[in-house]
Amino acid sequence: MTTHTAKRVNSPFVATRNACKLCTPLGACLAFAGVAGARTILHGSQGCATYIRRYMISHFKEPVDIASSNFSESATIFGGRENLRAGLANVTRQYQPEVIGVATTCLAETIGEDVGMYLHEIRSQSSADDPALPPVVHVGTPSYCGTHAEGYLATVHALVSQLAEDGSSGEHVNVFPNMFSPADLRYLKEICHDFGLPVTLLPDYSDTLDGPTWDDYQLIPEGGTPLAAVRRTGQARASIEFTCVHGEKASAGRWLEDHFHVPNHRLPMPIGIRASDALFDALGSICGGETPARHAAERGRLIDSLVDGHKYLFERRAVVFGEEDLVAGIAGLLGELGVHPVLCASGGDSGRLRSAIAGLVPDQAEQIQVRQATDYADLEELAGDLKPDLLIGNSKGYWLARRLNVPLVRIGFPIHDRVGGARLLHVGYRGAQQLVDRTINTLLESIQEQSDEGYSYL
Amino acid sequence: MISVLEQRAAQIHQNGRAPFAMDCEKHSVAGSVSQRACVFCGSRVVLYPVADALHLIHGPVGCAAYTWDIRGALSSGPQLHRMSFSTDLREKDVIYGGEPKLYQALVQLIDLYQPKAAFVYSTCIVGVIGDDVAAICRRVESEKGISVLPVHSEGFKGTKKDGYQAACAALFQLVGTGPIDEISPLSLNILGDFNIAGETWLIRNYYERMGIQVVATITGDGRVDDIRRSHGAALNVVQCSGSMTHLARLMEDKYGIPSLRVSYFGLEDMSRALYEVAEHFGDSRVQQRAEALVHDEVAALLPDLRRYKKVLSGKRAAIYTGGAFKAFSLVRSLRTLGMKTVLAGSQTGNREDYQLLRELCDEDTILVDDTNPLELAKFVQEKDVDLLIGGVKERPIAYKLGIGFCDHNHERKIGLAGFEGLRQFAREVHSTVMSPVWRLVPRRRRPSAAVEANEAAAVHFQPRCPGECSTCDLPHCDVPVGQEILP
Repeated sequence: MTTHTAKRVNSPFVATRNACKLCTPLGACLAFAGVAGARTILHGSQGCATYIRRYMISHFKEPVDIASSNFSESATIFGGRENLRAGLANVTRQYQPEVIGVATTCLAETIGEDVGMYLHEIRSQSSADDPALPPVVHVGTPSYCGTHAEGYLATVHALVSQLAEDGSSGEHVNVFPNMFSPADLRYLKEICHDFGLPVTLLPDYSDTLDGPTWDDYQLIPEGGTPLAAVRRTGQARASIEFTCVHGEKASAGRWLEDHFHVPNHRLPMPIGIRASDALFDALGSICGGETPARHAAERGRLIDSLVDGHKYLFERRAVVFGEEDLVAGIAGLLGELGVHPVLCASGGDSGRLRSAIAGLVPDQAEQIQVRQATDYADLEELAGDLKPDLLIGNSKGYWLARRLNVPLVRIGFPIHDRVGGARLLHVGYRGAQQLVDRTINTLLESIQEQSDEGYSYL
Repeated sequence: MISVLEQRAAQIHQNGRAPFAMDCEKHSVAGSVSQRACVFCGSRVVLYPVADALHLIHGPVGCAAYTWDIRGALSSGPQLHRMSFSTDLREKDVIYGGEPKLYQALVQLIDLYQPKAAFVYSTCIVGVIGDDVAAICRRVESEKGISVLPVHSEGFKGTKKDGYQAACAALFQLVGTGPIDEISPLSLNILGDFNIAGETWLIRNYYERMGIQVVATITGDGRVDDIRRSHGAALNVVQCSGSMTHLARLMEDKYGIPSLRVSYFGLEDMSRALYEVAEHFGDSRVQQRAEALVHDEVAALLPDLRRYKKVLSGKRAAIYTGGAFKAFSLVRSLRTLGMKTVLAGSQTGNREDYQLLRELCDEDTILVDDTNPLELAKFVQEKDVDLLIGGVKERPIAYKLGIGFCDHNHERKIGLAGFEGLRQFAREVHSTVMSPVWRLVPRRRRPSAAVEANEAAAVHFQPRCPGECSTCDLPHCDVPVGQEILP
C-alpha cells in the first residue's frame, strides 16, 4: 500500500505505532490452552476474550473458546464478583472442564479486583443450584504491565505455584517451554522420549491447538498437560525452562526449586546449534545419558547443510523481531551461520535483551543494534537505513517487508497471512534445519527473482 | 453432549415449534463464549475505514494491537486508517493518569501524519482512571486546527451496538461543517458500506450510472471532508442498518434528510435497493437507467448462477452474522442458489429483525441471538449442514466438523456485494461445499441419509468452470471432482 511515511521526530515517540507486542492476557490464554480439560475465563469486558480468540484462531486455525466474565457498567462500579461467579458456573455447566484458568484484564486490575478472595468466597458460599467447580487457577495479567510473553510465563508460574504438590521424587523431568509452536512441543516430547525421560511439558498445546477434524464437536479439544501431571511437577527430578530475558520472579522452575527442591535448568530458547546442544546436554546430564543416535545424526546433517549453504549466508544482513527470547534465539542461530543480525527488536521491555544477545552472539555484540519497547513504525525507520537482505519475524512484519522490499522469513506467532503457523519448527536441531533451509531458500529466491537472465542451477 | 445454558434458552427459537418470543438485545451471559466483541469494537469497525483520519486508541496496547489492519476496507487514496496507534498506557499512567500521554501522543501524531481529523477511542480503563478525554481533544483541536473527536467506547459500557452509536455520535460532529454547493438534487450518501474488497466502489458506480451523485461514503473509502458536507445530500441510503441507522436518524432530525434501508447482497436485495432509490427520486430517467442497469447485470449473471444452482440445489446452510439485516440477504441469496437456510442468527439483531427472519425462513429453521461456539456446533451438527456462513471465529467450528465455510465478515478479501458480488459469493459457496476434501473427513464417512444424498449429488456433479468460461480450459472440467477417491 502507499503509506504514510513519516519522518522520525527527534523526541522519543509517545504513541505506539503498529505494536510489536500483544497484551498479557493473550499469553495467559495460550498457556491455559495447553492444560488438559482447561477452559479460560478472562475477567473483564467481552471484547478482550473475543479479540484474543480471533487473533489465536487466525494463527492456529483451530477453535479457541475463551469465556468472559463480561463486565457491565455496574460490575465496573461495584465489582465483578457476581460476574465471575456466574461465569465460572456457566463455563462449568457448558464445558465440564477439569480446570478453569482465570486471567484478569486491565479493567479488572484497574478497579482492584481481588480474584483470589472472590474465588474463596464463591467456593464457600455456593448454593445448591451452582455446579461443583473444578480447580481454578488465577493469574493477574494487567495489560499495562509487560507483554503477551510475560503473560504466558506468569500463567505457567501460576499453574505450578497453585497446583504443584510435594511428594516422593519421580523419574520425570519438567519442561516449561516458552511460546513455542505445537510442532516444537511435539518435537520436545519426542526428544525427551528418546532420552528415555518421562516428561511433563507445561503447557502442551500441541494437540489442543493443532488437532485433527472431529466426528463430534469436542467441548474441549483433547490433549494438554493433565492436571495430575501439573500437580506432580513438584516431584520431578529436574526442571528445564527456556528464557534468558525474563526475571526469576515469574519462573516456574525457580518456584519449584525454592519450594520443592526440584533443580532448575535455565536455558536460552534452544534455537540454533549451540543452544540446542545446551538442551541436549542438560537432558543428558539429568538422565546420565548421551544424545540419542538419531538426534546426533540430525545434528550431523544440519551441520553438513550449513557447510553446503554457508556462502549464501555469509555477511548477509538480517532484521529480527518478535518476543525477546525468540529474537535472542534467532540472533544466536544467525551468528552461527555468519549472518549479521543487524537489528534485533522487540516490543518487550525486559531490559535484558541486549545482554542476552551479547551472551549468544559475543563476537558481533558491538555491531548489533538492539531495540526494546519498539514498534513496527520505529522498525521501519531504523531498518531502511540498515539495508537488510532479509527480515525474520512473525507475519506482522509483512508491511515492513513490503515497504522495504525485503523478503520475510515467517516464524513464531502470529502467522496470520500464511497457513501452517502451528507446524513451523524452531527449536532443536530439526527446528534449526528448517530455519536454515528456509532462510537460505528465501535469499536464493530473492536473488533468482532479481536475475536478469534467470538460471536453473545454483 | 452439548447443552444450552438456561439463561440463553429464550435467545433461541425453532420455527414452528413454539410461539415466537425471541429474546435479544441483551448483555451477553457471563461465561458464555459470545461471538460478540465490545463497545470499543463496535466503534472501531465503523470508524476504521475513514482513511484520512488519525485513529488513536487510548488505553493499554491490546485494543490497538488486535485491530491493526483488521478490516478489508480499502481506500482509493490515503491509507492512514491502516496504521494502529495506541497510547499504550503503562502502570504509571494508570496510577497517575493518562492525560499527559494522550495529549503528547495526539500532538506528535498530528504533526507527523497531518490527518484531516482525529478520532480518540476510550478503552475500558480510561473511563475508570478518569481521564478527561473530551477536554484533551478540545485542547488539541484548538491548538492544531483539526477536528479531534472523542469516541466514548469503553468496552464495558454496553454491547457492540452501543459502540456503533458512539461512532455515529462522533461522525455526526463532522456532519454539517463543510460546503454543500455543487451538490445535485439527485444525490445521496452511502451509509453502512465499508468498502470491503472495494464493494463501496461497485455500489457507487451503480448509483453514478443511474445519474445520481454520491456525496459521501460513510464510512467505506471515507474521507473527512466528504462527511463534513454529507448533509447536502438528498438521501441517506443505509446498509448495515445496525451500525448506521443512528447516524441517519441524527441527520434526518437535524437536516431533514430522509433515509432508505437497503442491502446490497443478493440479486433481489441489490435490485430492490436500486429501484427504491430510483423511485425515491421519482425521476423517470433515473428509473429507466436503474431498470437498464439491473437488466444488464442480471442477464450477465444468470447463466453462471444457473450452473451453480444445478449443483448446489438442496444443500443446507447455517448463517451467523454480526447484524441481522445481512442475514436476510443471505437467506435470499442462498435460495437463489437453490440452498436452504436451516439455522440463522446474529450478534446484534433486534426483535423486528428476528420476526422478519422467521417469516423469511422455513418452518423448522433455528434462529439464534448472540450464540456461542457450542450452540453453533450443536445446531450445525443436528441440522447436518453443508455450509456455515460467518466470520473468522466461526470458521474452525465448521472446518472441525467437516462442513464448508464462507467468510462473510469484514476481514474478507473477496467482494460479495452487488451483482458481481453474488457471482463471487456463488463461487465461494461452490468451492467450499463441493470440495472433495469433505469425503476424507470423518463426519462425512458416517452413513446417514443426508450424507448419502450429498455423495450422490457429488458423483453427478460436472464442474463447468463456473463463471469464467471465457478463460477456462473446458476439457479438464468434465471429470467429476474427486471421482477416483469415491468409495
